[in-house]
Amino acid sequence: MSTEQEKHTDVLLEIRNLHLEGFSDEKWKPIVRGIDLTLHRGEVLGLIGESGAGKSTLGLAAMGYTKDGCRITQGSICFDGIDLINCSADELRQLHGLRIAYVAQSAAASFNPAHRLIDQHIETAIRNGGINRKQAKAEAVELYRILGLPDPENIGQRYPHQLSGGQLQRAMTAMALACHPDLIIFDEPTTALDVTTQIDVLAAIRNAVSRFHTAAIYITHDLAVVAQMADRIMVLRYGQLAEEAPTRKMLKAPENPYTLSLWAVRCFKSEAKPRPTAEAPLLSVENVSASYGKNPVLSDVSMQLFKGQTLAVIGESGSGKSTTARVITGLLQPDQGRVLFAGEVLPKDFRQRSKSQLQQIQMIYQHPDTALNPRQRINEIIGRPLEFYLGLKGAAKEQRIRELLTMIELDPEEFMYRRPSELSGGQKQRVCIARALAAEPELIICDEVTSALDQLVAEGILKLLKQVQDQLGVSYLFITHDVATVRAISDEVVIMQQGKVVDYGGREAIFKPPFKPYTDLLFSSEPQMDPDWLDTHLARQQAN
Amino acid sequence: MKKCLRCLCQAPLSAKIGILLIISYSFVAIFAPWLAPYGETEVVGDGYAAWSPEFWLGTDNLGRDVLSRLIYGARNTISIAFVTTILAFVVGGLAGLMAAIKGGWIDQGLSRVVDILMAIPQLIFALLILSVVGTNAVSLILVIALLDATRVFRLSRAVAMNVVVQDFVEAARLRGEGLVWLIWREVLPNTLPPLVAEFGLRFCFVFLFISALSFLGLGIQPPTADWGSMVRENAVMISFGDFTPLLPAMAVALLTIGVNFVVDWVLHKTSGLKG
Repeated sequence: MSTEQEKHTDVLLEIRNLHLEGFSDEKWKPIVRGIDLTLHRGEVLGLIGESGAGKSTLGLAAMGYTKDGCRITQGSICFDGIDLINCSADELRQLHGLRIAYVAQSAAASFNPAHRLIDQHIETAIRNGGINRKQAKAEAVELYRILGLPDPENIGQRYPHQLSGGQLQRAMTAMALACHPDLIIFDEPTTALDVTTQIDVLAAIRNAVSRFHTAAIYITHDLAVVAQMADRIMVLRYGQLAEEAPTRKMLKAPENPYTLSLWAVRCFKSEAKPRPTAEAPLLSVENVSASYGKNPVLSDVSMQLFKGQTLAVIGESGSGKSTTARVITGLLQPDQGRVLFAGEVLPKDFRQRSKSQLQQIQMIYQHPDTALNPRQRINEIIGRPLEFYLGLKGAAKEQRIRELLTMIELDPEEFMYRRPSELSGGQKQRVCIARALAAEPELIICDEVTSALDQLVAEGILKLLKQVQDQLGVSYLFITHDVATVRAISDEVVIMQQGKVVDYGGREAIFKPPFKPYTDLLFSSEPQMDPDWLDTHLARQQAN
Repeated sequence: MKKCLRCLCQAPLSAKIGILLIISYSFVAIFAPWLAPYGETEVVGDGYAAWSPEFWLGTDNLGRDVLSRLIYGARNTISIAFVTTILAFVVGGLAGLMAAIKGGWIDQGLSRVVDILMAIPQLIFALLILSVVGTNAVSLILVIALLDATRVFRLSRAVAMNVVVQDFVEAARLRGEGLVWLIWREVLPNTLPPLVAEFGLRFCFVFLFISALSFLGLGIQPPTADWGSMVRENAVMISFGDFTPLLPAMAVALLTIGVNFVVDWVLHKTSGLKG
């Protein structure tokens, strides 16, 4: 009880009725609408919500900073008795880095590539902290050690490009801790990392934050991650607070309907279909090896996909998932092996394939923003394959576009003549699906189609893909790094590591123990919605 | 159409001035025979006559009306500069887009040829070629267009490089689309804003280049009126305190400024630069 009381008197950051606006399309639009936030010393607050909910804007506002094109219209931000809104730029500079630090999503983009890590690390400390170079360096080495970076004595001498993504993210956290700040803002620090790397970073951050008794605001869209990190969670939607509660309470009994829907996202699951016995496979990749220049990226990869089924290919970045797709589509010519489609060998180069061969295999991409030509309207985008492959013109073409739009659950009247920029991320991805379907293909390669989308939207896309498959009997080669997605929609699973297939089988078989070592590592690294998961996982890792 | 008009109304003052300048220059160029009080090459009075109600801007070294020549000069200089710029963009732009889309040997080959052309100073190269093939309007246009096409090639290739790596171009390739579709429908529309801006600037450079060549005597040949050669022919008058020979130079400067105002605005509109 006494610690409870102590916490209440020990308020570090207090935001009252904050309103923020952003300038877009020639007018000011609200981003954050009346948020109250209280943060105590040593407390970790999780901010979650989908993209556009105002999480990052709020996180930056907690530092007294707004991005260009944003402004604070109302409210107060009080950091340890200092009014941040009315601070001068000089006063803010005194606070930033020294008492409030920031860790960005992409550490690779946040470090200056031209300077050594340690020089960037100690810069703020020397400028503001009143300590000398030698002392600062010694402290940096100590922080590197605490954050579990390899070779802490010398790693600071390296340049940012010489570290991996996970290491950089830890180095960035070390840099944020350099002046022992009272508050650190973490803005999606692990979103861009592989699951197996994410664990190390999460553990390192949590360890360091509790060690220095630093307060933190942890921004993420991943519920399972926030469950591990935060003492308390705030759920944001449309710039407003949807729900706020201590982590355990929030996980056990969310109250707000929006929070409930977020919690329910991971429940979607299709029935796994057994492999047909009599049929020949639709797609068969046989002993393919490929390389980029002299670097081998695939070695002896084989897989089979049957009609109407979903084959999920899962692995970390660099495991060769997308390269396999490039070999199948003919964008990359394999050094060895071959790709058979419906029993016939496909030419290695897509330029040598016939129009009908090209028509049979369609792609859906990870980033719907770049997959649609911004200068074409939706009816042109979907209409082109209809015209190109099927020779549809005029009214027949328009009729078919309407059918396709209805199938992907977009109203034809409303969306037919829009441009991609007038659609949301999920809607764009639906248009990409419609474009692939317009060609009436047998096989659709889905390359991380849900990774760039919010969880709720991603679930909608998965359901749609499933529905389309039931209706039309297309096959999917589904490339992803997300274990939950694989569990939801695959019939068969290929697990890849460093260009090799390390595990391959039906969904049931793959997800049933005993696991192969790498499969185990991959599956167990997936954060669970259990606040004790990280501890359990680390304990288990140590026991091994 | 309505949207265009509204867009124009919202344009900043500088852009409006620029548009007004360009429109009035074009008007003068098109209607030169009706606007000019005397003929282009007609000798109407004594040489170096002062400004008077009869000859508003006086006469030149041969006794031709300066105002009339100034008006005809707009026609000659602007039309040649315009045709040259268009030609440079068609050749350089298409080659640049093709190099970006095709890559490999085609890209290497075209880029190295352009490098070689760009390694030679523009003016020297133009002087060399023109003194060999002789100066007439056609060879002038072709030589300057070729020289400027190299700059356009560089730009369009660089911009297109960023577009061709995007997924929608890959999707079009995998669909089996031909080169024409790729250039015309997928890549060109997405490279247009910087190319439009460059068109304005290039036009100015071509214009200045023609004037420079004319001043050196290798551009538009007498007796055709042209602003560059008009400065040269009457330069002597400056030493007598008469600034009439500077008028054609000012005409060049004014058009350049106008075009740049418009280009700035277009660039601002299309690139989303704020502030």
